[in-house]
Amino acid sequence: MIKQEFNRIDPKRRNIVAHKKKQFAESAYEKQEYPHRLNLYELPPTADITLEDFEKWAIDRLRILAELEACSFRNKTPSETAEHIKPLLLKYLPLSPNSSAPSSVAWRDPKLQQERQKDHYSHFILRLAFSSTEDLRRRFARIETALFKLRFQNDDTRERQDFVRSLDFNWETVGDEEKKALATNLRSATPGLKKEELEEGGWFKVDFETVPELVEQRRVFLKAGKAYVPVREQMSMVLAGFTERLDKGLELTSRALPRLDEDDRLTPILTHLSKNFATPDAHISDSDSSLPGAPINASSIDLLSQHFPLCMRNLHLTLRKNDHLKHFGRLQYTLFLKGIGLNLEDALIFWRASFKRKTDDEFNKEYKYNVRHSYGDVGGDATRRGRGYSPFSCQKILTEHPPGSNEAHGCPYRHFSPDNLVALLQATGVNDRDVLCGVREDVAEDKKRYHIACNRVFEYAHKAELRKVKEEGTWPASELDTIVHPNTYFKRSYLLKNGGKVGVEESGRGDEMEM
Amino acid sequence: MPHAVPMTTSPQKEDDDSSLPDAPTPPSDESQGKTEIDKSNNGKTDIKLEDLFNDDDDDEYDDGEETPSSEVMGRELKSSPPMKPLEIAPTAKYSDPEIMLAFYQRLFPFRYLYQWLNHSMKPSKDFGHREFAFTLQNDVYLRYQSFPSSDLLRKDVLRLNPSRFEIGPVYTANPSDRKILRKSTAFRPMEKELVFDIDLTDYDEIRTCCNKANICHKCWSFVTMAIKIVDAALRDDFGFQHIMWVYSGRRGAHAWISDKRARTMDDHRRRALAGYLEVIKGGAQSGKKVNPKRTYNGDLHPHLARSLDLLKGHFQTDILEGQDPWSDNDKAERLLKLLPDKALNDALRKKWDSAPGRSSASKWADIDTLAKTGASKTLDGRALLEAKQDVVLEYTYPRLDVEVSKKQIHLLKSPFVIHPGTGRVCVPIDLRRLERFDPLGVPTVTELLGEIDAWDSASKKPERDEKSKKLQDYEKTSLKPYVDYFRAHVASILKEEKGVKREREDGDPMEF
Ligand SMILES: [Zn+2]
Repeated sequence: MIKQEFNRIDPKRRNIVAHKKKQFAESAYEKQEYPHRLNLYELPPTADITLEDFEKWAIDRLRILAELEACSFRNKTPSETAEHIKPLLLKYLPLSPNSSAPSSVAWRDPKLQQERQKDHYSHFILRLAFSSTEDLRRRFARIETALFKLRFQNDDTRERQDFVRSLDFNWETVGDEEKKALATNLRSATPGLKKEELEEGGWFKVDFETVPELVEQRRVFLKAGKAYVPVREQMSMVLAGFTERLDKGLELTSRALPRLDEDDRLTPILTHLSKNFATPDAHISDSDSSLPGAPINASSIDLLSQHFPLCMRNLHLTLRKNDHLKHFGRLQYTLFLKGIGLNLEDALIFWRASFKRKTDDEFNKEYKYNVRHSYGDVGGDATRRGRGYSPFSCQKILTEHPPGSNEAHGCPYRHFSPDNLVALLQATGVNDRDVLCGVREDVAEDKKRYHIACNRVFEYAHKAELRKVKEEGTWPASELDTIVHPNTYFKRSYLLKNGGKVGVEESGRGDEMEM
Repeated sequence: MPHAVPMTTSPQKEDDDSSLPDAPTPPSDESQGKTEIDKSNNGKTDIKLEDLFNDDDDDEYDDGEETPSSEVMGRELKSSPPMKPLEIAPTAKYSDPEIMLAFYQRLFPFRYLYQWLNHSMKPSKDFGHREFAFTLQNDVYLRYQSFPSSDLLRKDVLRLNPSRFEIGPVYTANPSDRKILRKSTAFRPMEKELVFDIDLTDYDEIRTCCNKANICHKCWSFVTMAIKIVDAALRDDFGFQHIMWVYSGRRGAHAWISDKRARTMDDHRRRALAGYLEVIKGGAQSGKKVNPKRTYNGDLHPHLARSLDLLKGHFQTDILEGQDPWSDNDKAERLLKLLPDKALNDALRKKWDSAPGRSSASKWADIDTLAKTGASKTLDGRALLEAKQDVVLEYTYPRLDVEVSKKQIHLLKSPFVIHPGTGRVCVPIDLRRLERFDPLGVPTVTELLGEIDAWDSASKKPERDEKSKKLQDYEKTSLKPYVDYFRAHVASILKEEKGVKREREDGDPMEF
């Protein structure tokens, strides 16, 4: 999945755009220069570019971002990701170090300046395209930060230091006296610290607000509002600075957007770009995941739950056991059921019946509205409401709102202890020793391949059926990809077990399906 | 002000002291096609997905006592009502509207609440653009109330006589203007106190004395421990000074941090701070819930080392003796699961099987005794020590409802309101006397009103008359030490803010 389409906007459209070929920024006074390879993107572009460049540069960058995101969905390790992205970066968004230019011109080398301009401009164009909703902003910031991090790590050490020195960060150096006095605390607050680092390495003292990630993970010593950060965490601070500036910038851009709407040259391009960056959640549309003719109603859920991925299976079992689910569990499960094609009316029947111990009055008061809301039946203003929320993708389930005490939502592969995970798998009929061992390895601390574990179980549970469709060639290759969405899991499981075909009966859609 | 308000039914339930304002408010009339969703986050009208279902925490279905009265509201009251005796019938219930009203009229410290939220005596945005949310006695929930002064807040509270009210953030504009502004995204939260919420129901898997909404002195010690740990971190690590802890009226406590630096923290920073304090992790099925990082020589992060130091004594008295969680051998399995050495576990199991009902304190001591006698050949002493530290943390470290702390926009119940289920006032907790704080001894509203009556009738005697004329009503009651504490807390905030405020006000005058 996440196959972004990179076809440019349709030719007719482009004619309209091209017809008015004008410049991107009107206030072009002086050409910006780029002494460093890296850029915190604090200053917006000022020079003119053609609409062609505007569009092409943006698409090139988008290509990189989409690949980076795909890597994270597939749980690739940082080094695997770097390996994968390297050739693409060279092709679409090269950014060479100063050392690559003849030393006579160094960073003023026209080729370097051109690369850096493209990097700079494409970043700002995508900001425009992706600042409209909070969801897009958050995703964009996450991937841009990942890209920046990748480049930062691969930068030439000396050039990186030059870049860092050029930044206007307010870092105070910790003096030797203080360092000595705090030695014990510094050592125990900073896991993996080497002896030399403590004694000889530099330390910065910054407001704790500057390094939220280090604070959150308790990887830094705090005293009276100051965080004591070793030099090697510099990257974390630079990254935090990068993200912070980007978040603020996106927020500002989103407030400025209404004014941009009036510019009919850019709007179609921007819209097209942001559509190409559609959320993975949106890939589960009703037509993608619904199964025409399948008996999906309030009373068939128990039976259908054999086709559910473990996360939903666990929610279902918990619901049956407790006659209740806590709120995030309800949200995750309601949207999943909506995704498999349970209509609102049946959803209300299902939840009403499941909450046995609640009175009608309690149900109507506490729960009904929320179910209706997830279906887009109520809430918000009608034009934006649409069909409610999309079912959660694995990515969302894995990364947002980990379950707290006594909560059953989330991903069992990630949020269960290995013993409890295996017990749950066995309870759902997975008893093969090799599979269970494989799952244990997948979910181990050093691997964290939760998708692989889930797909491993899927392949085991549908071994015979999968072999059959492969032999007969009845399923397109795209339907045999790694599953990264619970609703895909259900759909494939249901179809495999019921001998159904994919995408064939739906005229013309066949191999177009992206899941 | 008071202005037109959206009438929607309360999205929340009985006890929740805080609410996610982004949670949709069910329409009062289901048949209405258009639902008014008051949404303030960046002026957008969509509802945050993750907050959608946050209405309940239904497992805590605890009391029928809070059945709302259907009393018709909206009586007109003068702001200074005549002082007639209250004549509280002995059978009067604290949820009676009459009782609530008398409480607001005579005892609620509006002036200090105003100063506390406004950080100054002079009117400013800190109070004027602040959101209040009222839960009326018929369960109607009113969001986005705002008031330029403490008198106007008081006037509206007396008019509406809410069963409780909550405090939200300071917005970039007056909440009553949000409808005009919502399209220009000019309405968004700007500042709010950093808050924490400790609730004993989050301890249900480890407390043995009570469950759900019930509490006793034994389990209150969990709250005492939590306050100590969080307070120490907030002061020593983050450098905050203006921290007030408040009893939530039934089974928990809230912290309000009023330092300017805390108030201006964005959600990203709040999340980081909450993460720093969060140690107990994992859902119902996650197994071992405390897995702190250690350095190569086994040191814990200074925050955890300090916490462990503060908690060790409590573990011995409040957990091993007070809760006695492992006296059943079945329950002791939970302890064994947290220990690293199989052979040692087998030896312990054998020993405990032969002595049913052996106390938790003895069992805890057995671990080291058997380890020393060489019950296991494979025993890794350091792993055992670390596992034992983790056990202590798992049974004593604060279990915070961190979601409440992560967002500026979160509303939290005001100090000094009445908990509708217990009738107790949500009083501040004086940390100098933390160990002696008795939640079950906190005055109830009916007691307090009775104390005023008792004082007034006693003071009919001429020699006391002069003196009592000068007294405010709260001074006649056992609420006095709590209001005095609050006043002193507020005074220290005002003192600190003076300098800051002066600068701010020059460029940023409040308009009324
Ligand atoms: Zn108790």
